[in-house]
Amino acid sequence: MLASCLLGAITLAANASAAGAEVEYRDIPATTFISVIATEEGARPQAIAAYSMRSEPVTNAQFLAFVGEHPQWRRDRVPSVFADSRYLSHWQDVEQLGVGVLPEQPVTRVSWFAAEAYCASEQARLPTWLEWERAASASDNRDDARSDPVWRQQMLDWYAKPSNNVLGSVGGQPNLYGVRDLHGLVWEWVDDYAAMMVTADSRGQNDPDRLKFCGAGAMSMRGRDNYALLMRVAMLSSLKAADTTNNLGFRCVRDGAVAP
Amino acid sequence: MKSAVFLFSLIAGWLFAATALAQPANPATGPLPGDSVYNLDASLVDQDGKTLRFADGRGQPRLVSMFYSSCKFVCPMIIDTLRRTERSLPDADRKRLGVLMVSFDPDRDTPEALKNVAAKHKVDLMRWTLARAEDADVRRLAAVLGIQYKLRDDGDYNHSSVMILLDAEGRIVARTERMGELDADFVNAVKRVAAP
Repeated sequence: MLASCLLGAITLAANASAAGAEVEYRDIPATTFISVIATEEGARPQAIAAYSMRSEPVTNAQFLAFVGEHPQWRRDRVPSVFADSRYLSHWQDVEQLGVGVLPEQPVTRVSWFAAEAYCASEQARLPTWLEWERAASASDNRDDARSDPVWRQQMLDWYAKPSNNVLGSVGGQPNLYGVRDLHGLVWEWVDDYAAMMVTADSRGQNDPDRLKFCGAGAMSMRGRDNYALLMRVAMLSSLKAADTTNNLGFRCVRDGAVAP
Repeated sequence: MKSAVFLFSLIAGWLFAATALAQPANPATGPLPGDSVYNLDASLVDQDGKTLRFADGRGQPRLVSMFYSSCKFVCPMIIDTLRRTERSLPDADRKRLGVLMVSFDPDRDTPEALKNVAAKHKVDLMRWTLARAEDADVRRLAAVLGIQYKLRDDGDYNHSSVMILLDAEGRIVARTERMGELDADFVNAVKRVAAP
């Protein structure tokens, strides 16, 4: 009994360190970038400082370890103000993945609050939309492949795929920066998801109705051919911070380059 | 065995009664409801430079809004609308209502800047708190309150102008985006919550 307990503990430790070793952040150099979201200032390139991004989305195994260390994020303890009732509901138990939920699959059914707390536990944060889009615009050999028809077609092929297929595992082809699975696997939370559609100028109008922030109708987008990115914007903009969905996961970023 | 069970239930019953007795009439010390925004552990600094927790407001209904003080037009209007709303209450009820305004702009909204806003608008600092928070807490606060904001390149913020009514346990009872005039439904909700 004792022996099997010990063995179990050793296996757990080995798993944890294996999971820890997988967490890699990849450098994304500083640049100027024009987002597909055209705000009033968006028409000209915006400066993006250097950051590093998780090479893969956070997996079930990694989120399970986080929940074990931070039990306030267990699905039976999380306040409803931070996560809806479907939060981690695909897991067999509060701290058990169970059959059909693979450790290497990206974690889904996590709220913005939970994603944010996870990244903080990794001394990181959620990427802004601009940071996410900038990394996701790189192909395997181009910094910005958004005008490349072949790359675009690859994107569209994924986004056209029905989502009732079994969720794949992380570890797809890396892009130019060594970041994987930005397309083809899950949607991902961004830090400023709620602000993406804030385009109304709320500083100077005295019509009370116009003081509210503008909805989808007011949004204007650049690069209308980039449906794949626009679909993400539309999806993210429809969410509230406690929402969870079957195919929405996340990854984290850190300011600056990875320490040498 | 039977007596052990009896003893156990006796002790359990006694403990239960003791716990029940220990609970004060004020519900502000029990576990928070899951839908309370006070589950968020956010740190604020008020206009006097004093550090406080967002959840310190528990035990009293509050009006909450977010703003930034260098905003020329809408933000003064938010303050004005908050004041008109609280003025529509009977004096005794108004005394039971707190008001919290949190800035989006931690860089410029120092305690001094917040104090100036309070003085300029002659708000009652016995009941009003103007506060700043660090970036991460601003984001979390805006998220639990359902307020959208975005820093523009020119240093201004685009944001939704919202007034939110929290009950004593931090549950969102009502919200309005009507600014510059009284929203009758919202005022009625404030009256209900602030009534003894």
